[in-house]
Amino acid sequence: MNARLLAFLLLIPSLLSAQGFAGLGTATEDFATPQRPAIFDFPKDHGPHPDYRIEWWYLTANLQDADGTDYGLQWTLFRTALAPGQGDGWSSPQLWMGHAAVTTPDAHFVTERLSRGGIGQAGVTPDPFEAWIDDWQLAGPDFDTLTMTASGPDFAYDMALTAQGPLVFHGDDGYSVKSAEGQASYYYSQPFYDIEGTLALPTGDVAVTGQAWLDREWSSQPLSEDQTGWDWFSLSLGDGKLMGFRLRQTDGTHYTAATWITPEGQTTPYPDGAFQAEPLATTDVDGRDVPTRWQVRLPDRGVDVTVDAINPQAWMDTSVPYWEGPVTITGSHTGRGYLEMTGYD
Amino acid sequence: MTRTGLLALLSHWRRNPMQLFTLIVGLSLATALWSGVQAVNAEARASYDAAAETLGEGQFAQITHPSGTIDQATYVALRRAGWQVSPVTEGRLDGIRLIGLDVLTAPGGLGPVDLSNGDLTVEVMLNGVLFATQDTLDRLPPVDVTTRAAPDVAPGVILTDVGTAQRLLGLDGQLSRLIVAPIQPVTQPPLADIAPDLTLRPPQAGSDVARLTDSFHLNLTAFGLLSFAVGIFIVQGAIGLAFEQRRPVIRTLRALGFPLRRLVALIAAELLVLSVIAGAIGVGLGYIVAAALLPDVAATLSGLYGASVSGTLQLRPEWWLSGLAIAVGGTGLAASASLWKLARMPLLASARPRAWAMQAGRGRIWQAVAAVALLALAGLLAWAADGLVAGFGMLAALLIGAALALPLILDRVLAFGASRARSVMAEWFWADTRQQLPGLSLALMALLLAMAANVGVSTMVSSFRLTFTGFLDQRLASEFYVYADDAEQAAALREYLAPRVDKILPIQSANQDIRDIPSEVFGPTPHATYRDNWLFLQSAPDAWPRIEAGEGTAINEQLARRADIAIGDTVTIGGTAFEVLGIYGDYGNPIGQALITEATFEALFPDITPLRFGVRMDPADVTPLSIALRDDFGLAEANMINQAGIKAFSLEVFDRTFTVTGALNVLTLAVAGFAILMSLLTLATMRLPQLAPVWAQGLTRARLGRVEILRAVLLALLTAALALPLGLALAWTLLAVVNVEAFGWRLPMFLFPWDYARLAVFAVLAAVLAALWPARKLARTRPADLLKVFSNER
Repeated sequence: MNARLLAFLLLIPSLLSAQGFAGLGTATEDFATPQRPAIFDFPKDHGPHPDYRIEWWYLTANLQDADGTDYGLQWTLFRTALAPGQGDGWSSPQLWMGHAAVTTPDAHFVTERLSRGGIGQAGVTPDPFEAWIDDWQLAGPDFDTLTMTASGPDFAYDMALTAQGPLVFHGDDGYSVKSAEGQASYYYSQPFYDIEGTLALPTGDVAVTGQAWLDREWSSQPLSEDQTGWDWFSLSLGDGKLMGFRLRQTDGTHYTAATWITPEGQTTPYPDGAFQAEPLATTDVDGRDVPTRWQVRLPDRGVDVTVDAINPQAWMDTSVPYWEGPVTITGSHTGRGYLEMTGYD
Repeated sequence: MTRTGLLALLSHWRRNPMQLFTLIVGLSLATALWSGVQAVNAEARASYDAAAETLGEGQFAQITHPSGTIDQATYVALRRAGWQVSPVTEGRLDGIRLIGLDVLTAPGGLGPVDLSNGDLTVEVMLNGVLFATQDTLDRLPPVDVTTRAAPDVAPGVILTDVGTAQRLLGLDGQLSRLIVAPIQPVTQPPLADIAPDLTLRPPQAGSDVARLTDSFHLNLTAFGLLSFAVGIFIVQGAIGLAFEQRRPVIRTLRALGFPLRRLVALIAAELLVLSVIAGAIGVGLGYIVAAALLPDVAATLSGLYGASVSGTLQLRPEWWLSGLAIAVGGTGLAASASLWKLARMPLLASARPRAWAMQAGRGRIWQAVAAVALLALAGLLAWAADGLVAGFGMLAALLIGAALALPLILDRVLAFGASRARSVMAEWFWADTRQQLPGLSLALMALLLAMAANVGVSTMVSSFRLTFTGFLDQRLASEFYVYADDAEQAAALREYLAPRVDKILPIQSANQDIRDIPSEVFGPTPHATYRDNWLFLQSAPDAWPRIEAGEGTAINEQLARRADIAIGDTVTIGGTAFEVLGIYGDYGNPIGQALITEATFEALFPDITPLRFGVRMDPADVTPLSIALRDDFGLAEANMINQAGIKAFSLEVFDRTFTVTGALNVLTLAVAGFAILMSLLTLATMRLPQLAPVWAQGLTRARLGRVEILRAVLLALLTAALALPLGLALAWTLLAVVNVEAFGWRLPMFLFPWDYARLAVFAVLAAVLAALWPARKLARTRPADLLKVFSNER
């Protein structure tokens, strides 16, 4: 990948000044900002919101093959805007970035796509739902029934997803606060997908089944200027699902938030401090020290678990690099989940 | 002890400053020519590299459409099918090449433009920024887009975002071609399933421009190398003589117990220092030569091949280092024989400078054998071998063989002259010239090589000029050419022109791979213009009538040679088989070409509408017609080309080429002249014992001086007479062997007697100028010095 692109993607003006991960902590200027109360309009809100600076369709899945081997899968489409508004043709300020990955216990396959908005190479339509960049696609007649494809130089996958529960909304009914100063995003998820399909890996095709979790989030300034990155967990714990994140701040303190999701889709939001995540061990990933074993607690639900990366080397060596991979859970609860860590590069 | 030895050795130069001067100047001149030529080549190549990087051409596979335009929707369809391709829109903005790329998907980014500044990247995509060198920007008409100087962009090219390029060129939604990223995903349908009318071209080994211009650089390099060889003759002479004259010193040093090994090391070190100094001076001079030549070379290359070369010279380490290296290496080569002899010499061997100077006379048999063997080898290579290496091997064998044969041939000629001499004076003249020959032979070899190089390269350049202008006559047979911007304008243009001219000849072409070689297919209207002007190198009987009847095709020489196609073979064009009926010369074109008749072309490529037209008309009416087209019809000036204008331009280009060649001619001859001067000066002092008796018998000193000049003229003329066939052989090798091997086409050779005569005059002039000073010195020798010859005081 071209080194110049790095600078480009960190666009959202000047990551060069190191204001938060991928420039997410910089000022909003003319962009729209999330407002409370969050009022959603579906299926329209499954589509893009070009007046906001950044938005994503972020799907992760924990998979197993017939032998019980664990796999992780990621399909993400990012939208980033140089200026508010859709715009036409090449002059559209909308840019798209796709990341796809498959993680096995001893390998991690990553690939990336970039596209200008306005020429049809990438985009999202809400109804019928289709999100695409190049030949990658996440599409279906509605948001509950989707097919998903992606391909890279050394892997590809073709999956089918069926939602087994409702959409869930984080924070204050989808208004998710990210800092003490009130930076926020619109944030909802579909954590109940059953997923099955085929991974095409260099070693051959693998039929897999499992559970997938789709996050939808958009904002113009999701991080505060003094926040340098986040550690995000999505955990399936048997009697419920837990989404929790920890935003790291320059003074060494953290801002946390979490959502407890019952099997029926009932949510309980937790404010700053209720959710705790502490690194237990780090792994050297290409010269970077990345925490790959965590102690995660949500005392209110009796959750006290150890989270271990299935493959500690699940580094996303993309224009905006980060760590993203499947995890196993032991302790008060057992299960599988996904961990994302940014700002360690 | 080392210090004393060194001082003793160096004292020689103090006593013979002229020899030191010869050594340094000879080596400097040789290095200057070599490094000057290399500087020009390096600069030009750096410009091509910038161009290659700017255009991203060559290193990536490309996808094209026969019409030259790809719909943007097709690009998106390819991306959505999994093809990692990147769009390019290019065109001309007031004659300047404008290339638009997509910074997000282009595998090479925006070429050499530095986009590490995120704000700048945003500006490029949102508002558009044009990147070009300051020279190029200065020529740009006012545009509503920010411009920024980018020194590494190729000269004459503007780089920008594809969207900006589409807007400025009025090509909304149109792409010129697609660049294929080197890494593609694992799942990908074949190109034919998505866009059957697109062609995928594999990456090229080198850029087309570099391939083409290599022929020009090859000439320059050959010139530089020959000049250097000439210079090395001088250096070898100077080193050899210095060594011989220092033998008393060396003998004394060794008799005093100075170790031989250290002595050799000291002399080697001394030569190393001298060669580095001379090399540095030479590189400096070479820079001046190159700076003087470069504007003309730049103009030549841009005119001949459309390759833009920056007209200003930069100091590039590769050429000044190579200049120094070749100076040191050349000195080492020239000195190796002397050092070898020193290492094996008996301790008390005495100095014999005159014997040394005459030593070329010894071992004459071996020299003759070597010369004949080398010339035979050259002949054998010309006859039997092929390949570029064999071509250069042949050149080397030919030149060295001829140089070795020169003294022997001159000796025979002079002996013949002596046998015909009737007067005492004449007999003495012939005999004295003959006995001087060994001392002068190195200088004369240098003159021979310089002359031969000049004859060879002049013949090559002039042949190229004749061929190329003939080729222009063939290709630009129409008096006037017009271009329409689109199909609608083309139709209107034909309607407008029809009553005003003799004949309108549409020019239409499609890109096709013929036998896997990228080619253009042309579909000319049947007309006498083609029958009369397109001359075939080879053809079947009735080639034109049969091509016009749609029975076959004519292809260019490049395609024929590369795909090994002969007359009567079959090639497939647009899915239809055609018999090859003719092969024509197509000089300077890097890709294949094929002609089929208009009706057949239209049947095979119905989508292509001709936008270019050749117009046959009275040449006198061209100017009024172009004014009418501009004022009445509204056709842009850039869309009209007057054939006479193109020819005038191409001739101007060749005149520039001649400036370069001419300058190099003069420089090489100057080096050879210098070699003669130095040889004569060296011999002059040694010759007093031979001249003194002649003087004593009544020949005045002035007359002796005139005889010296006459001798120089005679030798120069004889050498020139031998250089002519050698030069022609050189030219033939370059045109018929090296060019074919390197570039796939053969240049016909023409002869230019007047040029050769002028060169001979120059050579004689150089010899006379070189002889003038020694002759004058002789004419002013004090009688006392001449008298000393007869006493013991000498």
